[in-house]
Amino acid sequence: MSDTATNAPVLAADGTPLKRSLSRALRVQKMRALALIAPLLIFVLISFILPIGDMLFRSVENQIVENTLPYTVDELAKWDGASDDLPPEPVFRDMYFDLFLAAEMKRHTRLGSRLNYESSGMSSLFRQAGRKLDDPGDDAQAALEEVDPIWGERETYYQLFNAADGAAVDDALLAAQEKRIRSLADEKPVGEMNFAPSAEVSGLLPLAARVYTSFAVITGLVENKVVAKTKPMESLYLALLQDVTRPDFKADLAAYNGPHKEALTALANAPLLAPNYTEIFTDVDKEWANVETWRIIQTHSGPYTSGYFLNAIDMQKTPEGAAVQPENKRVLIQLFIRTIIMSLTIMGACILLGYPIAWLLSNLPMRTANLLMMLVLLPFWTSLLVRTSAWKVMLQQNGVVNDVLVWIGLVADNDRLVLINNQIGTITAMTHILLPFMILPMYSVMQTINPSYLRAAKSLGATNWTAFWRVYFPQSIPGIGAGSILVFILSIGYYITPEIVGGTKGVFISNRIAYHISSSLNWGLAAALGTILLVVVLALYWCYDKIVGIDNVKLG
Amino acid sequence: MKFTATLMATTALTAAASMASAQEMADSMTIVSWGGAYQDSQKKAYAEPYKEANPGLSISWDESSNEAVAKLRAQNEADNITWDLVDVVGADAMRLCDEGLAMEIDHDEFLAQGDDGSMASDDFGETIVSDCFIPQIVYSITFGYRTDMVPEGTEPPSKLCDVFDLETYPGKRSLEKRPINNMEWALMCDGVANEDVYDTLATPEGQQQALDKLATIKDSVVWWSAGADTPQLLADGEVFIGSTYNGRLFSVIEEQKQPVAMLWDGQVYDFDGWIIPTGLSEERLARVKDFVKTTTDTQHLADQAKYISYGPARASSAPLVGKHADLGIDMAPHMPTDPANAGNVLQPNFVFWADYRDDIDTKFQAWLAQ
Repeated sequence: MSDTATNAPVLAADGTPLKRSLSRALRVQKMRALALIAPLLIFVLISFILPIGDMLFRSVENQIVENTLPYTVDELAKWDGASDDLPPEPVFRDMYFDLFLAAEMKRHTRLGSRLNYESSGMSSLFRQAGRKLDDPGDDAQAALEEVDPIWGERETYYQLFNAADGAAVDDALLAAQEKRIRSLADEKPVGEMNFAPSAEVSGLLPLAARVYTSFAVITGLVENKVVAKTKPMESLYLALLQDVTRPDFKADLAAYNGPHKEALTALANAPLLAPNYTEIFTDVDKEWANVETWRIIQTHSGPYTSGYFLNAIDMQKTPEGAAVQPENKRVLIQLFIRTIIMSLTIMGACILLGYPIAWLLSNLPMRTANLLMMLVLLPFWTSLLVRTSAWKVMLQQNGVVNDVLVWIGLVADNDRLVLINNQIGTITAMTHILLPFMILPMYSVMQTINPSYLRAAKSLGATNWTAFWRVYFPQSIPGIGAGSILVFILSIGYYITPEIVGGTKGVFISNRIAYHISSSLNWGLAAALGTILLVVVLALYWCYDKIVGIDNVKLG
Repeated sequence: MKFTATLMATTALTAAASMASAQEMADSMTIVSWGGAYQDSQKKAYAEPYKEANPGLSISWDESSNEAVAKLRAQNEADNITWDLVDVVGADAMRLCDEGLAMEIDHDEFLAQGDDGSMASDDFGETIVSDCFIPQIVYSITFGYRTDMVPEGTEPPSKLCDVFDLETYPGKRSLEKRPINNMEWALMCDGVANEDVYDTLATPEGQQQALDKLATIKDSVVWWSAGADTPQLLADGEVFIGSTYNGRLFSVIEEQKQPVAMLWDGQVYDFDGWIIPTGLSEERLARVKDFVKTTTDTQHLADQAKYISYGPARASSAPLVGKHADLGIDMAPHMPTDPANAGNVLQPNFVFWADYRDDIDTKFQAWLAQ
């Protein structure tokens, strides 16, 4: 009997099981709470979490090489980068057509800038190549026209490559080229496509059909012009020359029944020479004949890279794996260490200076304490730049501090102290700027310490020092902890003050991040540095939690 | 009769055409520049006359040129270009062009001919450092020194290499906290001929040579990062000699009357001008094109020199440079391009720096941190 009684579900007043009814009520409550915080949650997500995620992603992202040079990257993967031989001709061939298209879309210089981060000179190598790749195409066109003037007319090419009504269309080719151009285009293409590649011709002239299709996509989709009436890009002539000189061309042509068969036959029988792409590139710049150039492209061709993180810790990505940078280029690790040590120093200085002030504030009568509080808060209401510049006036060699020291005779006039543009300058200015962040949490914690504990300790025979150290200080630790975390985390990412008063030895890693964001545009490296900084802060926070315990931190 | 009818028809057509093109232009534009005296000179010489001729146009100014490259890139990634015309230095124009963020232009088609009838590309000459760049001014980075801190019985410094001569001219120097210009100057004072400077700097040995030369004065150098630093350091007597933009020195010497003098020897030219961001709508582009064509003609460029001591980028503007608008002094002798000042000039190689900037900057920073 009792068993059935305990097993039967307890029912609520309306007859539903109590458990379900309860959980429903709870769910409604939870949803309501969620709805209340939703605006903030969405705001934080959009304005904080997503950008940080995006930044972290940039530190490994490297799709630009693959997007810009898709065929070259495939072909180059087959080449043994450790050998001393140049990549084979097909690599140069694909490079020509990839680079030509990239130049057409104005993306080649962007790739050059990307690779220039790895090796100086890549930038102008790509910029120059983009300008000079037209010439071999013009030469090829002249050679074709010599065989038959019909090859000088733009309509010929349209008739040749466009699928006539009812003819089979090479959908795969069209889709592939469309996808490729879309990935290269800056804006979303909105034009109209008035071309479809004929499947028969793309079998006979694979390279030329590919080049013409990509040209048609650019002309139609991106530039919104009529394909048939636009002059094809120069690389088409070279592609055609390549196709008609391939070994099987004559055999394939016999089975061909599409337009311009006669003109193609004339080309097949003419004494044309296949283009020599290696020579084309070597003529543009002899650096293309340097194995090192190709090794760099090969090493950095993957869609994701560890290269930025390696650079961020003074290493580099090489064909043989990670290697340490040469000594005269190592600076970042040193900056990381300096940033952490100086942040700890600033934190320590803030504790030493802030503790007595916070103690005074919490023990003075209300009126005086409020007045003092205003003085603590006053710097908060002054612009950061003004305060930093004021320190410049104070600390420079002909500044207030030095003048006073000389006047009272502590320092010789010709041997003034160097107090700025070094670490002393940064520590002084930043301690001053961050001091309120230390005092405020300490003050709010000290206010809650009951003064009778101290009196009790003294009445039990403790000296002033023992009473302070054994009774008061332990109770104020949560305030020190909170202030320390605030000051340390703020100072580790500080940028403007070290920039102004830090000179060369007092700058932080954030100054280097700023340089890469705004000057060198190496956002990948900046992202990697930022990620490392974030991880360091989280790791130190974790250590703090393990040693002191985060529950001990109180802001009031 | 027939002739009159034709004439009237033509006039009507032309009027309609010009009306149509006027309607297509946007009625507001955002121009980005450097702020301060330089931006004021652009407002007075370019924007105000242009606005008088185009009532109803509103121009807003943004003082973001020093971070224009990064911001334009961000705007481009967000697909929301809010700037119409951006003032940048030559090196940044080159970088923006490479990144595809600035529009490539045909200078002869875009810009007015010179007053002397020369084509724009010839009139601007070598100031066109990039296909995207529309030059306005030639400025230079050069040295100024405190006249009252020259040791007694010594001639004031007259040569670039006096900067490296700590024995004759003791005292602190201020140099920019980046390798550009400093490396060139170091090599020029270490026996490398001007025309060989960039070839030398392209080799690791040449870079080391430049750093070694800089190391001889490293302990006496205050490194600056903002253009206003050297004028302030000179005015406070913190340094004896320092490098900065010639216009800043002009204002220290002529406007603030500080005991400072120019050292033109070894000045490095640089150019400043407009770029047009890619991806503008047609109406906005039409407005920008019109603004640029009007305000970069011979007279407008010469007018800017009334307000600031930077040389006009057009060769045809040089004879038209007059007196300073407020001080009333002749501006020609204060131009970096004046023959008396242009004796020993280094032409900067932007292509070189586009290639080697990252590599040399890393080495330079590592050297600074030692």
